[in-house]
Amino acid sequence: MRARDQEGKLFMERIRVETLAVQRECDLRCLRRRAVTALGAVGAPVLWWLVYRLLQPAADFVTYRLLSLAPHTHLASSISFFLFEVPKVLMLLLLVVFGVGIIRSFFTPERTRQILAGKRESAGNVLAAALGIVTPFCSCSAVPLFLGFVEAGIPLGVTFSFLIAAPMINEVALVLLFGMFGLGVAALYLATGLLIAIVAGWTIGRLRLERHVEPWVYQFQADGVAGFVEESVDWTARMAMGRQAVKEIVGRVWPYVVAGIAVGAGIHGYVPQGLMASFMGKGAWWSVPLAVVVGIPMYSNAAGIIPVVQALLEKGAALGTVLAFMMSVIGLSLPETIILRKVLRWPLIAAFVGVVAAGILLVGFLFNLVF
Amino acid sequence: MMRLQILGTGCPRCKQLLANVQQAVADIGEEVEVEKVEDIKEIMKFRVLATPALAVDGVVKAAGRVLSPDEIKKLIAS
Repeated sequence: MRARDQEGKLFMERIRVETLAVQRECDLRCLRRRAVTALGAVGAPVLWWLVYRLLQPAADFVTYRLLSLAPHTHLASSISFFLFEVPKVLMLLLLVVFGVGIIRSFFTPERTRQILAGKRESAGNVLAAALGIVTPFCSCSAVPLFLGFVEAGIPLGVTFSFLIAAPMINEVALVLLFGMFGLGVAALYLATGLLIAIVAGWTIGRLRLERHVEPWVYQFQADGVAGFVEESVDWTARMAMGRQAVKEIVGRVWPYVVAGIAVGAGIHGYVPQGLMASFMGKGAWWSVPLAVVVGIPMYSNAAGIIPVVQALLEKGAALGTVLAFMMSVIGLSLPETIILRKVLRWPLIAAFVGVVAAGILLVGFLFNLVF
Repeated sequence: MMRLQILGTGCPRCKQLLANVQQAVADIGEEVEVEKVEDIKEIMKFRVLATPALAVDGVVKAAGRVLSPDEIKKLIAS
């Protein structure tokens, strides 16, 4: 027999033996399950990509053929924008929330606290801001988290770096920015968000405002009950967490996305080009402070506000102004401030809001200057 | 009697966890005491960093996420 045939035979023999071995430890039902998982793991991204590529043609088809709207009219513009953007954003969200849900399964608040405990300021601020991005955080947990950090001896400023980064730089915001404006803008948002979180947290630490933390926080003595010990997580659980995250986040956020895109579609179709430039453009220096002041009391999640942002940018608003608006809407929220009132006194809350707002202002001005 | 405590200050996720716990308990049919702890000082005695959290007989079994009724049933059974 020739050498190639012999190699081929040995190869087939090895496959046969290995398949038998797998079968012994994994029966038919288990094999089927593994095959389905493998198929899904490969097929799902491919399917996603194919559908994604078809969205624009599909939206155009519905707008101009099915609904027979005349092209270049306000209505057609708005409708095709809406029909394209809604599934596009939802699909992006699905992908990213799932992925980040898995990343977050590697980070828990307990682990974050362990990492941050004992770190001095400066280095601590940087770490805290970075961890704020990947640690799962919901504003209802702000108080337990704050208390836990204080108890571990983490400096006030470092805790604030975390509390600023966590809501502002979230995966939903980053992905939507990436999907709509490209890697550059998303990276910019990430970098400036981190910078603001680090510097603002550090500044608040320097201001020595510990006396404005509610006294009971520092007097708090744990009973000695063992803290929560996280169970070890395997990959099946991680995937389940990803799916859970999608159900929770996308399930909660989609009405805001649709509403935001509707507003964006309206602006896209009906607001004349350049109107935004007049009062949100680079020339109007007061647009940045105005955007920040308007944005602070507003609260939307990232998914809802970004479509609005896109439409504003399209109509001539300056990048710095729009970014400042977005950061103050997402980063500073009235509900979270009210929750924090339980552990912080008003002077400290005011300092928190003030320092972060100042940071956002600076970023806004800087961007309008540079871009 | 087994005692389940849901720790949370009242956000939608905490309410969802309570609903899931109540459903799991109803499904199992055993006598289980279910308590919602909303006072932050009481919650902190459990030393959790994220709410909602679930404690079984005083020991925290999960924190920061909403467990499904099935997961809760498994916890009760173990």
